[in-house]
Amino acid sequence: MNWPIHRWLQPAVVAVLAAVAAVLLGVSVGHGDAAHAAAMPVTGEVLNYASPVELLFSPDGARLYVLCQQSDEVRVLDAKSDAAIKSITVGRVPRGFSLSASGDRLFVANSWDDTVSIIDTKSLAITATWPVGSEPSSIVADREGKRLFVANRISNDVAVLDANTGVEEKRLAAGRGASYITPSPDGSRLYVTHVYPNPTPHRTAPESEITVIDTARAVVVDRIILHNIAHAFHVAFSADGRLGVAAEMHPKNLIPLAHLEHGGAFADTLMLFGADVGKPVEIPLDELERYAVRPFGVAIMADKSRIFVTCEGSELVTVLDVQRLLRFAHTHRGPNAQDLSASADYVIAHIAVGHDPRGMAMKHDGHSLLVANRLDDTISVIDTRTNRLASTIALAGPKKLSVLRHGEQTFYTARHSFQGQIGCANCHIDSTFDGLTWDLEPDGFGRDIVDNRPIEDVKDTEPFKWNGGNPNLPTECGPRTEKYFWRAENYDDLTLTDLVVYIRSLQARPNRWRRPISESTPAQERGKDLFTRDKDKFGNAILETNRCVFCHSGKKGTNQKSFDVGTKKWTDNTGPLDTPQLTNIGITGPYLHDGSAATLEQIWTVFNPEDKHGRTNDLTKDELNDLIEYLRTR
Amino acid sequence: MTKFFFKSVARLAAVASVALGTLAWAAPPQMPMFRFEKFTTANGLPDNHVFAVLVDGDRVWAGTENGLAVYENHAWKTYTTTDGLAHRAVLSLALDERTGDVWAGTMGGLSRISGGRIDTFTQLNSGLSNDVVYGVSVEGENVWVATAAGACRYDLRSGGWSLFNERNTPMNEIWVYGVSATPTKVYFAVWGSGLLEYDQKTGRWDKYDDPDGENEIVLFKDQGLIHEIVTSVSYVDNIVWAATYFGDSRYDGRYWHNFLTKDSGLPSNFTNTIKGVDAKRAWFGTDKGLAYYDGVNWAVYRPSLTTGKPEMTIRDGKGNVTSVEVTSAPAHNYVLGIDFQGSDIWVATAKGLSHGIHQP
Repeated sequence: MNWPIHRWLQPAVVAVLAAVAAVLLGVSVGHGDAAHAAAMPVTGEVLNYASPVELLFSPDGARLYVLCQQSDEVRVLDAKSDAAIKSITVGRVPRGFSLSASGDRLFVANSWDDTVSIIDTKSLAITATWPVGSEPSSIVADREGKRLFVANRISNDVAVLDANTGVEEKRLAAGRGASYITPSPDGSRLYVTHVYPNPTPHRTAPESEITVIDTARAVVVDRIILHNIAHAFHVAFSADGRLGVAAEMHPKNLIPLAHLEHGGAFADTLMLFGADVGKPVEIPLDELERYAVRPFGVAIMADKSRIFVTCEGSELVTVLDVQRLLRFAHTHRGPNAQDLSASADYVIAHIAVGHDPRGMAMKHDGHSLLVANRLDDTISVIDTRTNRLASTIALAGPKKLSVLRHGEQTFYTARHSFQGQIGCANCHIDSTFDGLTWDLEPDGFGRDIVDNRPIEDVKDTEPFKWNGGNPNLPTECGPRTEKYFWRAENYDDLTLTDLVVYIRSLQARPNRWRRPISESTPAQERGKDLFTRDKDKFGNAILETNRCVFCHSGKKGTNQKSFDVGTKKWTDNTGPLDTPQLTNIGITGPYLHDGSAATLEQIWTVFNPEDKHGRTNDLTKDELNDLIEYLRTR
Repeated sequence: MTKFFFKSVARLAAVASVALGTLAWAAPPQMPMFRFEKFTTANGLPDNHVFAVLVDGDRVWAGTENGLAVYENHAWKTYTTTDGLAHRAVLSLALDERTGDVWAGTMGGLSRISGGRIDTFTQLNSGLSNDVVYGVSVEGENVWVATAAGACRYDLRSGGWSLFNERNTPMNEIWVYGVSATPTKVYFAVWGSGLLEYDQKTGRWDKYDDPDGENEIVLFKDQGLIHEIVTSVSYVDNIVWAATYFGDSRYDGRYWHNFLTKDSGLPSNFTNTIKGVDAKRAWFGTDKGLAYYDGVNWAVYRPSLTTGKPEMTIRDGKGNVTSVEVTSAPAHNYVLGIDFQGSDIWVATAKGLSHGIHQP
């Protein structure tokens, strides 16, 4: 594999990490080049990196705004000198930002605070902070400056706010995981993409959508269905508005991952839509041994000559020739996703950039394209005339590589898998979940289907796998991953250790239903009583092992043991099932080990006929609703 | 001569105007006139049994026994279960005016049609109390649902469901046929259990019953709700219009005014649906035709019960009944749904959908 930008770093990093990991693991690695290690910026400290995710130029091109996700900042740089002008602290985990049409206001979506920050670009000060929906991830103003549209990832909607007062006018139903909003060039439409798939029947192909909003009326007027797509990210339009391009992931979750070596677990694709193509056409980016893992950002040259796509896991920018692409799209209406030879028709360059490249911004002259490299705090500058890396801007911040950061880089890169096809983050989108069920093992088609469990707050919830077969994270992420996922040589011990350290550090995102105990709703209180009850409604004692609170005990809602809860299907090879943690259970559907329950309700209304999964058949519908209201607070 | 001629004309004009005035006094009151156009399976409707109709700007939605149809640009498009609709029989419809989403209550759950996508909520996959959804009404961020097993409220922001039934409301029966929700009050038409009122501010429930109990007689007509079997409710301008199978009621928060065939222009006491225009005016869908009440006078539009020919009758406030010659009428006498499109009216019947085009 070709990893030019990092190759020089690898031997040294490995050596240094050996020492760090030895400390963390409490074991001796026997030797070490102390002088070399001391010179290397590696540390077990927890460092506050910037983690740039999105970039914007001011309308006059004089300033570059950098949205920094980990340091919770907007950094303002001089676009000519790259010198820092100011850093503005915003809310937690900002994920998206945009400028007003006049450029006088900068809007920031703070995903973990459920707020948006309004920044005056003259004074570079926050003038207002307004509440919005759950996990706001993108924000866009209309041309007239009257309304703001905010994509909420967890409430699956778009909030419409008065741009001057912040008063929420309404919410529009979007798809699941609404995250990125892109206006059409004339501003009349907004296009919303989603990082999680919409619900589809069990064991059917995933489906996502691009929600189309009429900006003036603030209503949803169309939904472009993305068949077979589970995750979609940025959208870009050609200046004439005739070509729309969405970056997306096409999982092959209905076939065993044994077929990784036969064409991959994912196709990394673009969806082309608009007048230039007519009906949307899916275009693959991958080619053998050169996958374009997790396409995220999209930029189109003003002259419509080329498209640039950041590929997070492959750590590169893929460049496509638009004329050749459109020719291909007109002659290959699809399905194209599996065709690993297709991209040779229109991909004209791959440009290695930094770790986990995300958003991009084009300089006004069109000669320079800037790329935010989230996991090494740099901005790559690409010369669009040569399709080559021109320079790299290092953002101010820690110059050492922490164990956590190295673990996170390992999580997001695809370099460890067979042919560089996938990384951990392919299934754990933004270190969460993917909303899919998978056929992981090479035991025949449709056997042992498993729901992909979330990894937030996963620390101290071992064992892992639904059959509880992996006693700890090093086993889960090491030999198991090597065998079933990567199909390639695995990490060295130190890299694995850092990966585990990173995964154990993952915090749960804020629970949107949980309130202080004194403020619990009556329904939540009633539900909690049902969750902890030891007698059914007829006064009969409920067996201890059949009480909700027995298996789902403790802070994380698991006693870490396996049970038969009557949900085993004929397709399952194994017996008792590991008790899953309940962290943020309200948003992580589908449910049950095989994802057969689309909603929490179905766990009991459909899949608990004999009361093996807790005594629930004595409950009325409103009592079951109460139980679910409580579970959503977990 | 010329002077004499003009004087004579003036006298004649004065006499004529007195005569015309007398005639005007005797003429029936002006009531809205329509030219009814009929839609059936012959011109694209998926079924002639139309339970509900909803006007959505230039579009019109029809809930039929065999799918949900939308009329746009002079053509019908049908959504069925293969498109994700909860059930083929669509009993009720409501528009979220803020978002443009349409909510459809069916015999197998509740569906939301939003930008062409259909999301379905059932008693198995959601907190919906029952799959038989007789009525739906959208108010702010809440969707209020009337079902065969109580009522419920779906909070669009939190995704939470609140159920209302005999355990937490004064609902004796749980067969809820209709709901009308506003930011201040929500009214439920309960089949066999009168009219329920929910105060949004206080969270308090009130129940309005027929003071004559379940007897099919009316001892004192305007003392309360006309009957316990309430089939439809419409709350407009702080006035409740309630339909029952034994007459209809108007309630202003203090006084009841009931309508029976024997002392009003109502063509039948058996009323399927009621829709208030404002505090004074309302439309009634009965088993014997469509009726309109303007606060004083009544008009009935229907195919004749004997000949099937279109007819319109007007009953003034004094009880004088006049027939008006018309050339069209609603598709059928059994009226199930009503909605307004400007001054036009759409009428869902057991045998087709009608568009009443207002005739100035």
